[in-house]
Amino acid sequence: MSERGLLEDALVYLGAAVVCVPIFARLRLGSVLGYLAAGCAIGPFGLRLVSDVESILHFSEFGVVLMLFLIGLELEPRRLWQLRGPVFGGGALQMAASGAALAGCGLAVGLTWRGALVAGLAVALSSTAIAVQTMRERGLLAQPVGRAAFGVLLFQDLAAIPLVGVVPLLAEGGAKSDGSGWLGLAKVVGAIAGVVVLGRYATRPLLRAIAKTGLREVSTAFALLLVIGIASLMERVGVSMGLGAFLAGVLLAGSEYRHALETDIEPFKGLLMGLFFIAVGMSIDFGLVARQPLVVLALVAGFTAVKLASLWLVARRVGLDDGPSPQGAMFAALLSQGGEFAFVVFGVAAEARLLIGDWDKRLTLTVALSMALTPLLVIAVSRWQRRRAPAPRAPDEIDADDAPVIIAGFGRFGQIVGRLLFASGLRATVLDVDPDSIDVLSRFGFKVFYGDATRLDLLESAGASRAKVLVDAIDDVTASLALVDLAQHHFPHLTIVARARNVTHWLELRRRGVVVVERETFDSALSAGRRALEALGVGAHEAFERAAKFRRHNVELLEELRGTDLDQRERTQRARAAREQLERQFEADRGELDRHAGDDWRGA
Amino acid sequence: MIVVVSAHPYPDRSIANRALTAAISELELVERRPLYDLYPDLSIDVEAERRALAGADVVVWQHPLYWYSAPALLKLWFEKVLARGWAYGGGRALAGKACLWVTTTGGELDAYADDGPHGEPFEAFAPPLRQTARFCGMRWLEPLIVHGAHHLSAAALAERGAEYRARLVSLGAREASADE
Repeated sequence: MSERGLLEDALVYLGAAVVCVPIFARLRLGSVLGYLAAGCAIGPFGLRLVSDVESILHFSEFGVVLMLFLIGLELEPRRLWQLRGPVFGGGALQMAASGAALAGCGLAVGLTWRGALVAGLAVALSSTAIAVQTMRERGLLAQPVGRAAFGVLLFQDLAAIPLVGVVPLLAEGGAKSDGSGWLGLAKVVGAIAGVVVLGRYATRPLLRAIAKTGLREVSTAFALLLVIGIASLMERVGVSMGLGAFLAGVLLAGSEYRHALETDIEPFKGLLMGLFFIAVGMSIDFGLVARQPLVVLALVAGFTAVKLASLWLVARRVGLDDGPSPQGAMFAALLSQGGEFAFVVFGVAAEARLLIGDWDKRLTLTVALSMALTPLLVIAVSRWQRRRAPAPRAPDEIDADDAPVIIAGFGRFGQIVGRLLFASGLRATVLDVDPDSIDVLSRFGFKVFYGDATRLDLLESAGASRAKVLVDAIDDVTASLALVDLAQHHFPHLTIVARARNVTHWLELRRRGVVVVERETFDSALSAGRRALEALGVGAHEAFERAAKFRRHNVELLEELRGTDLDQRERTQRARAAREQLERQFEADRGELDRHAGDDWRGA
Repeated sequence: MIVVVSAHPYPDRSIANRALTAAISELELVERRPLYDLYPDLSIDVEAERRALAGADVVVWQHPLYWYSAPALLKLWFEKVLARGWAYGGGRALAGKACLWVTTTGGELDAYADDGPHGEPFEAFAPPLRQTARFCGMRWLEPLIVHGAHHLSAAALAERGAEYRARLVSLGAREASADE
């Protein structure tokens, strides 16, 4: 960052984002375009508020790393395995098709065959940042087109590793191989193994120890440390940082700290991704556009057309374009841009004199403009789809991870609720704040997540907007009521099933409009009372009936109290009167049973 | 007012009973007492039931036929609600009201015959319910029986539902005019 200092730079970025993004979102153009526009506005070709574009771009690429970590967190290894088709089938096909077509174009415009090959493969890569952000905003990630596109992006991340290695080898004047091919491979394998071991065995105990301290900022710091550490390790051995972070995410996807990690990382990811898009916007070289407008126009149009066509062919090949709602065009539009990775490759290739003259600048500009074009293409395709198929849209595929129930608080009370639900074949997302009990429960095969359910962001990532029922089984009264307030305000569709510690808590919950409230000791105490009656000689069924009657009577009394604002003395008086009334009722019941013992059906 | 006392332990799994209930659910003159929904733990609030019956001109018992009789909770309802001193033996709370029996059977009508699996014609199984109503002083109306609930087509079920609805509407109109 320049002499002006960090805070002033932050002021510029945040200001530009806060002005541009809401406008573009309002115009339904998506946030990506908003950030890009903000970048154009403050960049060296706009208001010139920022100059050091390259270092910002490099720094903000870390946002992409965080994003891939978060995506990994949502993909358990089992579900990743299901993606192997799109990754290795679709991905390889796409790289081959797009790479060959684009390299051919490179040859046609006069690049050397080496330069054309490198440039063609580099621009065959798409931008994970742009594509995933766009899919997120449109809810496409869980749909077949989103999965296919994501599979291709993953393969591209893998393919990028050898690509950077190959560029110096292709350099004219012979390859300066350092003879470390096998050593390099060994390093990669070693690093990946390290990440697997770290993610599987070392991270959980550490997360647990940190959760026990109860210091939020420490857990945030650790989450960032984890991702940054793994990313740097991967970069050291020549694997893309994003791929390493993704792997770490996948390994932690099954862990009980998943939601807490998501909540901690999400804001950083959001800000850095925004910064990344701003940086791309700033790097658009409007000087070059002004000098060679026709060349630039031809390059962007040609590149986009060739890439769209090759992607569309891939989509047809993998069956995305079949069925009642063909998605080939959407797939092509989503992946139509060149990726951030191309910037790196162009730099290396120019240094190795594989790209001469203006070509690295021209290609960089083409890629940046193609990124800006993507949101517009996607909007166009979705309009076209809607016009072509006015029939009602097929229901969105429901994410298999969405449980219909959230249980907040998994102590003695919540556990019984949960076990009944599990035994009935229902999935529940369980949240608790006690690392010790989570540990024990995980051993019994429950899926429990660490986290404070009274935090809105955690509720959100636990799927509160899609769940049907929220079981509030938190034992702390204040926290329990806070959760009810939060849920009623933000997720009014949720049916709340609440645990009441005592009568006061019960009244508080009912006054908030919670319909289902159960006192934690009431029913078990009634059962004990029943058993005591039995022990005193009352028939088992008669004892059951008395307990049921007592229960109904008691709830009626509480409901009556709810509407009033009585002090303690009046409440006691009311309760005593009610008790006397119940006594009289029991007396009458007993009398009736005795009286009719001889001549009633019941006594017969 | 018509009070429909219905008993089906698994209403969302029933076919015929659900169709019948759906057919009358919007009628304004009907108050429904779905016993298994109201008392899932089988402890009946006798006072609440009696309050509901007090305002009724017509009492409907609607249920699937279980072991030639009513499901357990409706049987319990007879025992608890229609007790001595209220429904009979000094009490006349139900006297003069009309009683309509609506039941569904899984088997076809011809299974109810001397040489059929059920050993008797269907009429042989009506007396316990009929006499329960009459003992409490109620008028026994022509019952509505839906046979072969497992095999009926959707159209046939809808037809029987419409018939049920029409019966209740005309009963409601008759009772209303009798009140004036």
